[in-house]
Amino acid sequence: MSDKIKKASRHVSQNEGLIFEHSSPGKRAFDLPHLDVPEVDARKLLGANHRSEGVEGFPEVSEIEVLRHFTRLSTWNYAIDLGMYPLGSCTMKYNPRVNELVARLDGIATEHPLQPQELSQGCLKIMRLLERCLLEITGMDVASLQPAAGAQGELTGILLIRAYLEKQGNARKKVLIPDSAHGTNPATAVIAGYDVENIPSDSQGQIDVEKLAGLVTEDVAGLMITNPSTLGIFEKRIAEIAEILHAKGALLYMDGANMNALAGVARPGDFGVDVMHLNLHKTFSTPHGGGGPGAGPVTMKKILAPFRPGPILAEKKDGSLALEPAGPDSIGRVKAFAGNFGVLVRALAYILAYGPGIRQATEDAVVNANYIRKQLEGVFELPYSLPSMHEVVFSDELQKQHNVNTMDIAKRLIDYGFHPYTTAFPLIVHGALMIEPTESESKEECDYFIGAMRAIAEEAAGNPDIVKHAPHSTRIGRLDEVTAARKPILRWRPEGSQ
Amino acid sequence: MRYLPKSPAERRELLAAIGVKSVEELFSRIPERFRLKEALNLPGPLSESEIISYFKERARENSVGYTSFLGAGVYNHLRSVVTDTIIQRGEFLTSYTPYQAEISQGTLQAIFEFQTLMCQLTGQEVANASMWDGSTATTEAVLMAERVTGRRRVLVARSVHPEYREVLKTYAKNSGLLVDEIPFGADGTLDRNALESAMSDDVAAIVVQSPNFFGVIEYDPALAELAHASGALLVVAITEGVSLGILRPPAEADIVALEGQSFGLPPSYGGPFVGVVATRQQFVRQMPGRLAGQTVDAAGRRGFVLTLATREQHIRREKATSNICTNQALCALAATVHLTLLGKEGLREMAEQNLAKAQFAHGELVKIPGVRSAFHCPFFNEFTIELPGPVEQLNHQLLRDHIIGPLALDAWYPELRRHALVCVTETTTRADITKFAGSLRAALAAHQEKER
Repeated sequence: MSDKIKKASRHVSQNEGLIFEHSSPGKRAFDLPHLDVPEVDARKLLGANHRSEGVEGFPEVSEIEVLRHFTRLSTWNYAIDLGMYPLGSCTMKYNPRVNELVARLDGIATEHPLQPQELSQGCLKIMRLLERCLLEITGMDVASLQPAAGAQGELTGILLIRAYLEKQGNARKKVLIPDSAHGTNPATAVIAGYDVENIPSDSQGQIDVEKLAGLVTEDVAGLMITNPSTLGIFEKRIAEIAEILHAKGALLYMDGANMNALAGVARPGDFGVDVMHLNLHKTFSTPHGGGGPGAGPVTMKKILAPFRPGPILAEKKDGSLALEPAGPDSIGRVKAFAGNFGVLVRALAYILAYGPGIRQATEDAVVNANYIRKQLEGVFELPYSLPSMHEVVFSDELQKQHNVNTMDIAKRLIDYGFHPYTTAFPLIVHGALMIEPTESESKEECDYFIGAMRAIAEEAAGNPDIVKHAPHSTRIGRLDEVTAARKPILRWRPEGSQ
Repeated sequence: MRYLPKSPAERRELLAAIGVKSVEELFSRIPERFRLKEALNLPGPLSESEIISYFKERARENSVGYTSFLGAGVYNHLRSVVTDTIIQRGEFLTSYTPYQAEISQGTLQAIFEFQTLMCQLTGQEVANASMWDGSTATTEAVLMAERVTGRRRVLVARSVHPEYREVLKTYAKNSGLLVDEIPFGADGTLDRNALESAMSDDVAAIVVQSPNFFGVIEYDPALAELAHASGALLVVAITEGVSLGILRPPAEADIVALEGQSFGLPPSYGGPFVGVVATRQQFVRQMPGRLAGQTVDAAGRRGFVLTLATREQHIRREKATSNICTNQALCALAATVHLTLLGKEGLREMAEQNLAKAQFAHGELVKIPGVRSAFHCPFFNEFTIELPGPVEQLNHQLLRDHIIGPLALDAWYPELRRHALVCVTETTTRADITKFAGSLRAALAAHQEKER
C-alpha cells in the first residue's frame, strides 16, 4: 500500500456465498409459538388455491447462519459510520442513533394507520410538530407529509401547480428545467403531464435570467429550480426569477435536495418559491439505508393549500388532531396511509436535537465545503468559480491529459479509505467531481480527504496506471457492467435449472 | 452541539484557511434581505434523554395496551430480533445507494437475494429492488402495462384496496390513462360478467388484488386467460405477503405488485414499508426502479452491480420508465433477513397459523346472534362480517374493553353499510379472539336493548 494512504489499512474480509447456497432441507432459524386454536385442513379450505409444497427455492438455514451471512455481507459495505461520504447532492451526514431508538418504541412503531384517531393522538402530534418545524425552516404556509421520497415530493409539487392552474382554466403545457437539474425533475414533470423544456445555464453556471424571461410564456406552468444549484452555487437572482414567472402566472418549484446549505440561514418562502420538497434522508439525517427509505414532505404557499393530497392533518374544535379527507380540489392521494411515518419520527428527533442551532450545522457544512475547495483549487480544475455553499464541483480537466478521468479518481479514492464523490454530475460539467462533505466531518477527516485527493492527483501525473485500474484494495475489482446489462442475471437459480 | 465535530478554535482555523473573516462572508451570495437575522423559532435543543422522553410521552397517547383486529393492508406479524439487529448495523443503515459496486457488495448481494425471494414467492421471473410501497408499486405496475401494450385504459376491480385505487387515479389523471372500475359480486370477488363486458381491445390491464380488500381470495388463472385473449395484461396486487406461504402464487399474471410490510416491518402508522414489482423476463426493460444483477470482475470473481440503468431517471431523464430514485432499500433488507429466518417451513407454518386463527375467529364471531359472514368464499387471514348494528358505534363500545375492533367498510363502500373487515394473524391469541367475541356479543346486546 502507498505510504500516502493514511486513513485505511488492510483487514481480513470473509467470503460468503448466496444464502440459497447454504440451504439444506430441515434446517430452520425461526420457531412459531404453539398454535392455540384447532388446526385446519388447508387443502380442504383453499382447494385449488392451495400452495401445498411451500415456496419452492426458499432457503432453509439456521439462525447463526443467517446472522453470520448478513454480518459478513455488511462488512463489504462502506458507510457513514466508517468515514466521510463526500457524495455531492446526497448529503450523507451522521445518522443519530437515538432517532432509531425512538422510531422503534412501543406506541410508535406498533401503531396501525387505520386505528381510531382518538388512540393516535401521539402520532398526530409528532406529525403536527414536524409540519410546524418544516414550515418554519422553509418559510412556507402549509405542509404535506405524504410523499414517500424526494421524487414523489416533486410530483406532488408539480401536481399542485397543475391543479392550481387548472382551477384558473388552463393547466398550461410545459415545465422549465435547468440543464444542471437532477434527473428526477424532468422524469417527474412528464408523469405530471407536462412537456419539459431544458433551459441552458449561463457561462457562470447560473440560470440565464434574460433568456429565461424570453422563455416564460403563457404556456409555461412553472420552473423547477434547485437552489443552491447542483453546482453548489446560490442563484443570486432568485427573486427576479420568481417575479418573471409570477408575472406570467407561472409558479416556482424548488427542489429542496440542497436545503442543507440554507437551513437556519435563508428561507425559500422568503425568496419567492411557491412550493418545494425536502429530502428528510438528506438534510434531516434519516438514514439512507443503502438506498432508502426516505420521505419527501412538501411545503407550499397558501394559494396551493386547497389542492393538497389527502389525508390532511387538521386540528379539531376540541383541540384534538385528526387526519381528514382532502377537499374537492385536491390532487388526490399520492401514497397509501399517512406517509413514511417512521422516517418522519427520525427527522423530528433530529430537529429537536438542534432546535434553532440547526444554523450551526448549515454553517459547518458550508465551511467544510469551502475549506476543501480552497485546499484543492489548482490541484483540480474548478470550472465555475462563483462562491460555493455546501458543495463544490471540480472537473477532471487537469487529469485528462494523463488519460485519467473522474471515475478513475473516484475509484482510487476507495483505496485511500473514502467513499467516492459524485461522478459525472451535474451534466453541465464535463468530467465532474462533485464533493459534499456535510457538517459531520471533523477538520481531521477533511484533511485526510484533501491529502488523499492531492496524492491521487500526483499519481495521475506520475503513475496513472495505478489510478486507472483502481481500486486495488477491495474484495473485487471493477465489475463488468456491460455484460450485466446485456445478459442480465437478476436472480439466483439452483444449479442445473435454466 | 454533540453531532458537530468542531471546536470553536477549529472553526476559526478553517475560516482563516479559507480566507474569510466570518462565516457570514460565505453566505454573501444570498441577497442581504433574504438572510435571516434571527434564529428560527424551533423547539429544542434537546438532549438525548429529553428526546426519548418526548417520544415516550407521545407513545403513551397512542394505542398501547389495546388488542387490534385491523389489517386492510397493514399487518401485525411476529418479527425476530435478528432482523432488527442486522438492519441496525451501521454498514447497512448508513450506506448510500450502491452505485460504487466495489464497496457496496453487501447491499448489492442482499438486493439480489431479495429479488430472488420475491420471484420465488410470486412465481414471477424477475423482481425489482423495491418500490415505495404496495400502493405505488400497483400504480407503477399499471403504468408499466400501459408502456408494454401501448394502450391507455385499465380495468380495476373495486375489491382492490381503496387507497391503492386512489393513488392510481392521482397518477392516471395527468397521463391520459383511463381507469374504469369493475364492481364486485355477491361473493365478494370481482363480477366476471361486468369484467367480460368491459373488456375490449383498448384495455392495457386488468387489475385485481388477492386476497382482495374484503379478504377474499381473488386470484384465478382464468383472469390471465381473459386478459390475454384481448391482448391485455393481468396485474395482481398483493397486500398480505404471508398469504403466499400457503396460496398458489399468481404465476400466470404478467405483473405482480406486492406490499412486503408483512415481512418483518412494523406497522409504524403506515410506513416505511416496501413495495415490489415482479414480472416476466420479457418485460424487464419496461420495469420501474432499480435492479441488481450478477456479473464478474476482471479476475472472474462473482460480484453484483445495479444494472439496466438506462430505464432510470438519472440516465434517461424525461424518457425514464419512472421518476423513482430513493426506494426502500433498508426495508427490503429487513424483508430479506426476515424471510431467510422464516425459510420455507417457517413461512408455511406462519401462513397456516394465520389461516387457522382466522377460521377460529370467523367461527366464534358468526356464532353471535345477528352476525353473519358477508361473503362465502375462501379467505386467508381477513374476512368480512355483517353486523346487526352500526360498526363505528359497536367499535366504540369495544374500546372500553381495550379492543380495537374491525374496520368499518362504509366509508369506502357505502353499500356495505354494516360490514366490517376482521383481521387475525399468528400474533392474535385464542384468548384475544374469545374476548373480542364476548365484547362484541355484549355490545350488540346493549345496542339491541337501546333500539327496543
